[in-house]
Amino acid sequence: MSVHTPEQLAQEERRYLQVFFWLAVLTALEIGVIYVPGLPTFAIGLVLVVLAGTKAALVALFFMHLSLEKRTLTYVALTPAVLCVLLVFALLPDLGAFTRALTHAERPAAAEAHH
Amino acid sequence: MSQAAVAEHDFGIEPAESPLTPESWGKLGMWIFLAADAMSFGGLLAAYGALRFGDPTWPIPSTILGIQLTALMTFLLICSSVTMVEALASIRHGDRTGLVKFLALTIMGGMAFLGLQSFEWTKLIFNEGQSVSRNNFGATFFILTGFHGCHVFGGVTYLSAILGRAVRGTSGAIILGLVGAAATIVVIVLTSHTVNGFVAVVGALAAGGLVYGVANAISTPTGAYSAHHNNEVEIAALYWHFVDLIWILVFTFVYLIGPRS
Repeated sequence: MSVHTPEQLAQEERRYLQVFFWLAVLTALEIGVIYVPGLPTFAIGLVLVVLAGTKAALVALFFMHLSLEKRTLTYVALTPAVLCVLLVFALLPDLGAFTRALTHAERPAAAEAHH
Repeated sequence: MSQAAVAEHDFGIEPAESPLTPESWGKLGMWIFLAADAMSFGGLLAAYGALRFGDPTWPIPSTILGIQLTALMTFLLICSSVTMVEALASIRHGDRTGLVKFLALTIMGGMAFLGLQSFEWTKLIFNEGQSVSRNNFGATFFILTGFHGCHVFGGVTYLSAILGRAVRGTSGAIILGLVGAAATIVVIVLTSHTVNGFVAVVGALAAGGLVYGVANAISTPTGAYSAHHNNEVEIAALYWHFVDLIWILVFTFVYLIGPRS
């Protein structure tokens, strides 16, 4: 990121306040969406993840000035996010095994109760 | 003749590749540190997700955790990110007074956040009986929020040191770094003893005011930063915004996502 005429600085300051406004609005939406009646839990979770991702992107792009940096630096910053998603997928089989183990533990008890 | 020598002979010496952050190697260092730190948080969040969604007996977060309080904490961190960018913008204008004022406000926001976290933890441990060893919910909650809280504490100390450097160079950084850390610990301990969120906010205002007062008291006419020399402020700002960014994710995944009570 290179610096900076007074006009650029004034423009940046206006942008900071816009970003602040949107971060506040998105946070209020996050709180609001969990109280919306009738929405399934999965849909609420999806909306919350999208809102959180948008907020994180706003902070990274404008407050951390990633939008003004070289693209390679963006790749450096995105690498942990990609690895994290891969880690979640790597943990999925274990998650399934844990759930199956719980289900199997419950089955004999349920069968005994039935007899 | 080696291939490299042949290439050099044919095409002349290639210019050095331009660095990713041309104005500062320190900034590149901070980005690499943040990428590594993000992987630590990523690992903890992924483990949290695996434990939580594999366990049908996991408690509903909103029945145990205070959503309104943590929404306020989130808002505080967002506000402190804004004051941090304003601090950087001030020194880029050559306005040292603005830098000092906005840095003190940012520090105050961090202190208030930690005070409120101390309030939340004390209530959870002593009123709700939660602990690291009780169940996976307690373990993951305290480890994740505690790890983030350590980052906030480190950030408050770091920003206090930057504030000290802004007003009095290296000696100022040492003095204000210590004052900022000690004042934050006092806010945390006081809030924990009184179990009162109001004490956290008032304590943070007083502690932030103390840091600001000490900064003005030890200030010399020439500080370390100017309109053309402010890389250290930008690097510290990167760290602080990262702490904010991580909290945005922790707030969503730990506090908000889940069935309603």
